[in-house]
Order: sequence, then structure tokens, then C-alpha cells
Amino acid sequence: MASVFQPIPPRPAPVRTTGYVAWARANLFGDWRSTTTTIVLALVALWLLPGMAQWAIFQAVFHPSLESCQAARGTGACWAVVAEKYRYIILGRYPYDEQWRPVVATLLLMGLLGVSCTRRFWRPWLVPLWIAVLAGYFVLMAGGVLGLSKVTTDLWGGLPLTIMLATLGIVLAFPLAVLVALGRRSKLPAIRTMCIVYVELVRGVPLISVLFMASFLFPLFMPVGKSPDVLLRVLVGITLFAAAYLAESVRGGLQAVPKGQVEAAATLGLTYWQTQRKIVLPQALAMVVPAVMNNFIAIFKDTSLVTIVSLYELTGSLGLALNADADWRPYKLEGYFFIAAIYFAFCFAMSRYSLWIEKQVSVSRTR
Amino acid sequence: MSEPIIKFEKVNKWYGDDFHVLRDIDLEVAPGERIVICGPSGSGKSTLIRCINRLEEHQEGRIFVTGTELTDDVKAVERVRREVGMVFQQFNLFPHLTVLENLTLAPMWVGKTPKAKAEEIAMRQLERVRIAEQARKYPLQLSGGQQQRVAIARALCLKPKIMLFDEPTSALDPEMIKEVLEVMIELAGQGMTMICVTHEMGFAKAVANRVIFMDQGQIVEQAPPEEFFSRPKSERTKDFLSKILGH
Repeated sequence: MASVFQPIPPRPAPVRTTGYVAWARANLFGDWRSTTTTIVLALVALWLLPGMAQWAIFQAVFHPSLESCQAARGTGACWAVVAEKYRYIILGRYPYDEQWRPVVATLLLMGLLGVSCTRRFWRPWLVPLWIAVLAGYFVLMAGGVLGLSKVTTDLWGGLPLTIMLATLGIVLAFPLAVLVALGRRSKLPAIRTMCIVYVELVRGVPLISVLFMASFLFPLFMPVGKSPDVLLRVLVGITLFAAAYLAESVRGGLQAVPKGQVEAAATLGLTYWQTQRKIVLPQALAMVVPAVMNNFIAIFKDTSLVTIVSLYELTGSLGLALNADADWRPYKLEGYFFIAAIYFAFCFAMSRYSLWIEKQVSVSRTR
Repeated sequence: MSEPIIKFEKVNKWYGDDFHVLRDIDLEVAPGERIVICGPSGSGKSTLIRCINRLEEHQEGRIFVTGTELTDDVKAVERVRREVGMVFQQFNLFPHLTVLENLTLAPMWVGKTPKAKAEEIAMRQLERVRIAEQARKYPLQLSGGQQQRVAIARALCLKPKIMLFDEPTSALDPEMIKEVLEVMIELAGQGMTMICVTHEMGFAKAVANRVIFMDQGQIVEQAPPEEFFSRPKSERTKDFLSKILGH
């Protein structure tokens, strides 16, 4: 009997592998363990979420009215405190009529950061742009020229101060950290010892004590009235502190670059600095992107400690805004939620950017 | 014989205090000479050729390369390294750079060659090792044999007078060894001074002017290949040859 070709019409797979149902089956109800976990977590969520939603949304007060807040005490959140005080929380003690200046300065700085994070802008003109924007930032903030009234640094505060301290802390600490990391692996004993002592000393003390030293102790050793501005001293303190930690992250990457890479560079006649710059550092830094970003995020949040030396950045200005006002002081929790959301937004952006960078540097490693 | 291009005078080297890795090495290499160094592992053959471009420092004796003595003088070492190319067992290509960038790096930064010119030279060398079509790929996207050929091309871009090969085929699968050896044989035919640590005795017979056998940090025997393989003088050499040619 001659066989006849019978085309079989295509039919869908018996068990679907795409779509919500398939996703839930694979990820939530894969076996009895994940099924149990899913059910337990769902019950916990059902138990907690309604109460939270009641407090945060349904019973909450949004319009800036003190009476409504007092009425809702204990049952609903008083977001009114944010509506009422956001300007003080975000901009601190900066003179009220001049507050457009920190806003413009900070937008400039954030624009610069955005540009610097974008690959197609990685061109030599970024360096003069940085200098120009930073100069613009300080002129706007400090004033005293171009008809801008003078505002001393103890009045700077809020988010503009947080962003500036974090940006400059990171930008100054990173190159220093790379040098220290290289120094710790140097063949010259003097340089190596200096770098080790620096890292171990700085890592051995808390940031708070570094800030105290920068702000209170340091002026004692200087002639009266000759001490540099407290903001500058604190910035140097943060930079030195952050660089010690960063240096160790970077050194981890340096250790992981095979010795053969340096030998190959040497046989090609590259000098020490050419080898580090072109061969070792690109590979080392690519390996430590997550660790370095960890440090950067830590620096960003550590700026909240400068409140202790009377520089009222975001966290400090929240305290200032509410402590001074007996009516609104009870609603600090809501205020903290507000600045927590701000901190989170920045840190989350940084961590997403880190993932993007990781993807960029892994191009050469994909086969 | 013309002035030697490489000269070792009673060179001694130790690793740490106790491991005497090179013992009283005397060696002269003439320009254009092709030398194969063989010997058991730990005999000091890699150390010997790594002394030629000062990847290793010797403690006693003197080494001259293209007339320059190798000392702590960094400038002298840089000068010598510009004349000496090296190919490693593990290729040591720069994984974060494309093949083309691997080749143009040194000419641009060491030789101060403009980019366009450096790329032109690089492409010519890549054609020489028959791999020009891979220029835009990254090293890890290539096979081992291709990577080693890129490494050879990279060394050639600086127009070295001497090429050192440190077990260039030992990390390769058998079918890739041939493509690398072919490139090396071609290079030998063009008059390059070559010193090659290898156990490829077929290669030694085909291209070497002289085969050097090392054991325990010393040069045991050196002779032209036909003599070395058919009439080895020392018992140690005979024993070694019977082991590596025995199968």
C-alpha cells in the first residue's frame, strides 16, 4: 500500500509556557513548597494591606488643614504635613525669597549628572562642562556676585545640599580610590605603606567622628578665622572616608585581572600608567561595578550624617521644619516617609544605572 | 658569525632563596637564527626566554639584547621590549578590546602611530595570519587557534627583530595546533629571529637551526635538529627524546 503524505495541522502546546497563567504556574505554584509559600504570603498580605491602605490612603488627609489632621490622628496619615512643609523640607533654611537659586542650581547639577551618565555624551567636552556647571552651582548658591545676595553656607540645606555633597563626594573619592588601590599594589614600599595606613585608619573610625573632626577639631589647629569653610571641610571628610572604602572595592577588581594581561602589556612596551589605564583598570572596574555602586549609594545616604555638624541636608531640614512647629511636630512619621521616598528614588535610579553599566561592559564577554 | 643579537653570559637566577632556576647559562643567538628550546617541565626554559624581555630579572651574569644590556634601567628595558615580540601559552589577548584594538594599542600608544596608519598595519598583519575577517570581534568570541594567531599578529605589529614563543601551542586542541604552527613556519621563512619553547618536535625539525635541551636550569645540549634528533650526545637527552618521541 502506497503511503500518502498526511500533513498534520499545527496545534498549540498542551501546556502553555507564556502568559499570566503559565507564569503563575511556574513561579507561584511550581511544587508544594512554593504553593505553600505563595498561600502564606498571600494571607499575610491580605491581613496587612487593608490596614495600611486605610491609613495611607483612605483615611489620610491630603489637603493642608491642621484640623483635619488632628481629627484623623491615629486612624489616617497626615500627608498634609508634606503639602504644608515641603518647601522647608526640600530647601531647608535657604532665604525664602531666594529659593529659586538652589532649585535652578540643583536642576543644573542633575542635568549634568544625566548627561554624564549617557554614553553618547562621553566626550572630552564633558570635563569643561563639569567645571562650568559646578562653578554655576556655587555662584548661584553662594551669591555675592552678579547682583545675587550673599547666602552663607550654613543656610544651605535640604535636597540641594544632599545632592551636591553626594555628587562631589563620589566624583572626588573615585579617582582618589583608584590611586590608593593602585598604590596598595605598588612595588614601592613607601607608597604601599602610606596607602595601607590610610585605608586602615579611615576604615577604623566611624564617619560621624570624621565629620566631628572636620568641623570642630580641625579649626582648633588653624589660626583664628583662617579655617576653611565648614562645608568644604565636611566635603573633604566625606571624600576621604568614602575613598578608603571605594579603594578596597577597586582593589578587589585589580586582584582579579590575570597577571598575563600585565605581562602582555609589558612585552608590547606599554609603560606602567599606560598599562593601568588601558589594560588593567578597564577590566578591573568592569568586574566591580556592583560593589562600586554599593559604595556610591552608601555615600549618598551617608550625607544625612552631616546634620550632626549643623549642615541641614534633606534629613536635617526635615527635623528643622517640624521641630520648630509644635502644631505639625506630631506628624514626623509622614515626613520621614516623604524623604524616604526621595532617598529611595535616587538610590533606585543609581542601582538601575549600575545594571545598565554592567550590561555595557559585559559586551566583550558574551560569546 | 655576525654580532649576536642576544647574548647570555653566565646568567644565574633564583626564585626565592632556594630554587636555583637558571644555572650558568651561556647563550649566543645570531640574527635570523631560529632556536627551539625543549626540556622537562621545571627545567627553566620558560624562565630563560622570559629573561630576554625582562619579564623575569636575573641576579647574576649579563644579558644583552640587540646590543642593550638588561639592567634596572627602565628606559633600556622599554627599548628592548620594543624590539622583542612575545607570544604566550595562554594568548593573553586583552578581552575588553576588539581584535583590531588589541593590535593597534601598542603602535598608537608606544609607537605614536596615527590611528588610521596603525589600523592599516594591523589589517596587514591580520591578513598575514589569515584572520582579517575577525577584526571587529572580541577575543573570547574566537577559537583558541584563532586567538593565538591574533596574539602573533599583535606582536608583529611593532615590527620586532626577535620573536619569543612560550609554549604557543600547549593550550590548544590538536586540530588548532596546525594552524598556529603554519603561521610560525611562514614567519620563520621570512628571516625572523625566533626563540621557541615547544614540544612540537616536528616544528623543530622543519624550521629550527638549533635545538637546545635544558634540564635542571642548565643547557644540557645544543645542536642542529638533524644531529640533535639522530645523534644526541648525553644520556639525559636520549632519555627525554625517547619519552616524547616514543609514542
